[in-house]
Amino acid sequence: MPKGSDIFLQNVSKVVFFIILAFALYLFFTGHGSPGGGFIAGLMSAGALLLLALAYDIETVRQVVPVDFKLVTAVGLLIALCTGTGALFFGEPFLKHAFGYFDLPLLGKTELHTALIFDLGVYLAVVGVTMTILLTIGEDS
Amino acid sequence: MSLLHLLALSPFLLAAGLPLLGRAAPRLHRGWFAAALSAILFAALLGYSSNVRSGSSVTESFAWIPSLGISFTLYLDGLSLLFALLITGMGVLVAIYSIAYMNDASESLTRFYVLLLIFMGAMLGLVMSDNLLTLYGFWELTSITSFLLIGYNHHKHRSRYGALKSLLITMTGGLGLLTGFVLLYVMSGTYQIRELMDAGGTLVSHPLFVPAVLLILLGAFTKSAQYPFHIWLPDAMEAPTPVSAYLHSATMVKAGLYLVARLSPVFAGTAEWFWFVSLGGLITLIYGSVAAVKQTDLKGILAYSTISQLGLIMCLLGLSSLSVAFAGEESLLYAAAGTAALFHLLNHAVFKGSLFMIAGIVDHETGTRDVRKLGGLAQVMPIAFTISLFGALSMAGLPPFGGFISKEMFLEAVLEPLHAGVFRLETWAALFPIVAWIASVFTFVYSALLVVRTFLGPRKPALERKKVHDAPPLMTLPPALLAVLALILGLFPGLVSYSLIRPAAEAMMSHIPASGERLPGSIKLWHGWTPALGMTIGVVAAGIPLVLTARRWMKLYAWIPRRMSINRFYDASLLFFERITVRITSLYMNGSSRSYIKYILGFMMLVAGFILFNATDVTFRVGAYAVIAPYEWFIMLGLAAASLAVPFAKSRPVAIILTGTVGYLMTLMFVFLRAPDLALTQMVVESISVTLYLLCFYHLPKLRTESQAVRFRLPNFLVAVAVGVLMTLIALAVLGTNPFDPVSDYYVRESYESAGGKNIVNVILVDFRGFDTMLEIMVLGVASLGIYNMIKLRRKATDIGSRHVSHEGEDADEEAAQTRKSLYGYDGPRWRSDDAAEDPERAEKLKIQESPELPGAESGDSSPDKSETPPNSHAEGGDRDA
Repeated sequence: MPKGSDIFLQNVSKVVFFIILAFALYLFFTGHGSPGGGFIAGLMSAGALLLLALAYDIETVRQVVPVDFKLVTAVGLLIALCTGTGALFFGEPFLKHAFGYFDLPLLGKTELHTALIFDLGVYLAVVGVTMTILLTIGEDS
Repeated sequence: MSLLHLLALSPFLLAAGLPLLGRAAPRLHRGWFAAALSAILFAALLGYSSNVRSGSSVTESFAWIPSLGISFTLYLDGLSLLFALLITGMGVLVAIYSIAYMNDASESLTRFYVLLLIFMGAMLGLVMSDNLLTLYGFWELTSITSFLLIGYNHHKHRSRYGALKSLLITMTGGLGLLTGFVLLYVMSGTYQIRELMDAGGTLVSHPLFVPAVLLILLGAFTKSAQYPFHIWLPDAMEAPTPVSAYLHSATMVKAGLYLVARLSPVFAGTAEWFWFVSLGGLITLIYGSVAAVKQTDLKGILAYSTISQLGLIMCLLGLSSLSVAFAGEESLLYAAAGTAALFHLLNHAVFKGSLFMIAGIVDHETGTRDVRKLGGLAQVMPIAFTISLFGALSMAGLPPFGGFISKEMFLEAVLEPLHAGVFRLETWAALFPIVAWIASVFTFVYSALLVVRTFLGPRKPALERKKVHDAPPLMTLPPALLAVLALILGLFPGLVSYSLIRPAAEAMMSHIPASGERLPGSIKLWHGWTPALGMTIGVVAAGIPLVLTARRWMKLYAWIPRRMSINRFYDASLLFFERITVRITSLYMNGSSRSYIKYILGFMMLVAGFILFNATDVTFRVGAYAVIAPYEWFIMLGLAAASLAVPFAKSRPVAIILTGTVGYLMTLMFVFLRAPDLALTQMVVESISVTLYLLCFYHLPKLRTESQAVRFRLPNFLVAVAVGVLMTLIALAVLGTNPFDPVSDYYVRESYESAGGKNIVNVILVDFRGFDTMLEIMVLGVASLGIYNMIKLRRKATDIGSRHVSHEGEDADEEAAQTRKSLYGYDGPRWRSDDAAEDPERAEKLKIQESPELPGAESGDSSPDKSETPPNSHAEGGDRDA
């Protein structure tokens, strides 16, 4: 990957990176009620990291997020699997979700849904997969 | 989710948590976790035994995939309990033994125990499943874990060869088994074993009955290493010895026997079942025992002996099926074979387990398992000698050990068909006692040779120099316990006969009228002066001279043509398939993406076109569209222009950006069509994929400018036009045809009500079709790992070669042999240890290792016998960093 040297891009992406991440976070949580969800949020987070990689270089991304993205994929898959398996312990079929409405402080009446945990698994898996592929190809020289 | 489910699945849970537990307690050997869990499971299962003993069985069920009628039903009756106790009981001993045995790097040790635990869970699930499909799932899981455990020392060529062989053979059988199960379902309409048993009688006349029997037996025979599928078991001995003792003698190879026993009520009573099972077992019995005598590797002897003993049990299971054809007292006579089978199953696990563990101890202490290099160990390893004496006596079927009783019962059982007048037995019945007797003689011979050649006679000079002594207590305890158990089973068989064997026999032969406390056949040490006892005396009388003159007549084995062996057939067919596959694949995989696109589009055209033009009520909606706004025209024109410009782009980045333009214009289109979800997804996917493309193309070599007149290619033109026309037609047909109620109504209705979400797309993704999503992200994960491997490992290709040369001379040698083989045709499996005698090169090598003056000889990596002291540090470290 070419070494990024565009000062404008670098400075802009410093801010935009967090805006994209925040938006991804928003998309993730709002997913059940309005457009969004784990898949899109995951791709968008990966996109934010990608922007960073383009503006700086891959080493910077490695320093900012010092995790093995293959592990992120694995954790995501495990979460998805465990959410599915969890239903079995309540005598329900595999992957049966449960939800309820709760009055939470600050947030008011909020819907809590096991699907969100599953979605977290999807999110992590998508981030992990995308970043693994990007970094693998990008680092190869 | 019941307690029973939790018990059956607990090994999986521990396997998942073991890496973390291991990190929390780094000092504690991982094996203790496995041993503790096995002990708990054993105790818990023992708690069920009083229930099962009184004739009632335990059933726990929960709906797993209710929409497909698949439930995860666990069923614990006598037969399941016997196997489950065997699995967990042997599990405790093997785990304890392995703690002393496995003392290499901690990383691979975790892997070892994770696999062992998964195997244990799969095995427990297998024997307790009442649903054929879950049984099949567990069945294949045992094959996979066995594959991974045989290949534990994966840097060794022989390990990989053995692992692959076992996987290919057992998986072939597994697929047969699945097909057989589906046929059973077709015939009976159920996957539940107990419902099948009720339907037992009606299936016999079905035309699919014989195919189903054959396919299911294919599964059972491959798993239980019956002739001619036995060839994977000797090569599976590359696994660490605890694995051999556990998987490849006590538990996994008995899964086939379990299946035959379990399905006996469904199939028994037919001539096909009787002959396939009993004759298959009989051939395996004689073949295994004859082949075991010539082996020189301790574990090789035990492997062939296991094959032979499995054949014996299989034969007994076949004989017991005769009891269905008779009634009353006569039926009980034949049913005794079933009791013998179950009792021998237990005995075999006990004595073979102890012998395997002793083989491991001998290997550990002397550094070799080759009986030609061993001898006279009785003086330095008295405890191991005593244990192996107990085990061998039980294996040879001599009093007062458990093996004697079951061998007597076996000999009695093979005599019974002489008076049976069914299934053409009047002509062929004599086959059983004659073959059984000969096989028993050979069993006696190899059992004796095993002890004599290892522990008696003069000590070899190479061993004199080493300080060989008995193993540490932790390592000696499990085989010692088993040896004592072999004696107890012989002296006090009543301990198990009523609590374990009788319920199991009743479960297996449900047609036998409940006879209260009576057992079909009797398990006693002294049966009186029966013909069977006469046969045993004959075995000893014939066996002792054979053992004494073994050196002379062993040469006869050299006369068996090696070219005809099944191993050769396996290797040759593997090579044949490899060649054919390469040839077929290279026919269409020509490396040109243009051709691939042609195939894909052409295939799509054929399938979609066929369906489109054969469907009856397809109407194409032409006209009557919504008004197309001016800006939509603009987007469309932009789309068309961008797509058309792609082929004319001179440089790659331009082409990529043009493709990206198409994608972003689509996004805009989605926005105008008020599909925010699609627009969002499209936008993000487009951004990422364009970047990915740019990244990929950055590494490609520069395009050569090659000016060439564009030739008109008719096939390409046809494909292009046809695809365009077809896609347009499909689009029109979709608009015009509406044969079904759209499924979206359901989702619109239900997504808030029953799933609590307003975004239908996401609700479908995570809830309604969550299973799809889960598998999709799994596929994504696998794909990303594939890309990672392809790119990262490609660069290491050069240092892999040097690694093999520097650390493993022999492996590199074999790799070279492999290459030779693929270049010049067949070159024989050079890694098989019994080839050493015939192979002058190998014999030379063995000689070198015997002389301790050479420093390289002691290091062990290149020795064919020290397959279990792996130099794994260099093999592991390479590809772990991210």
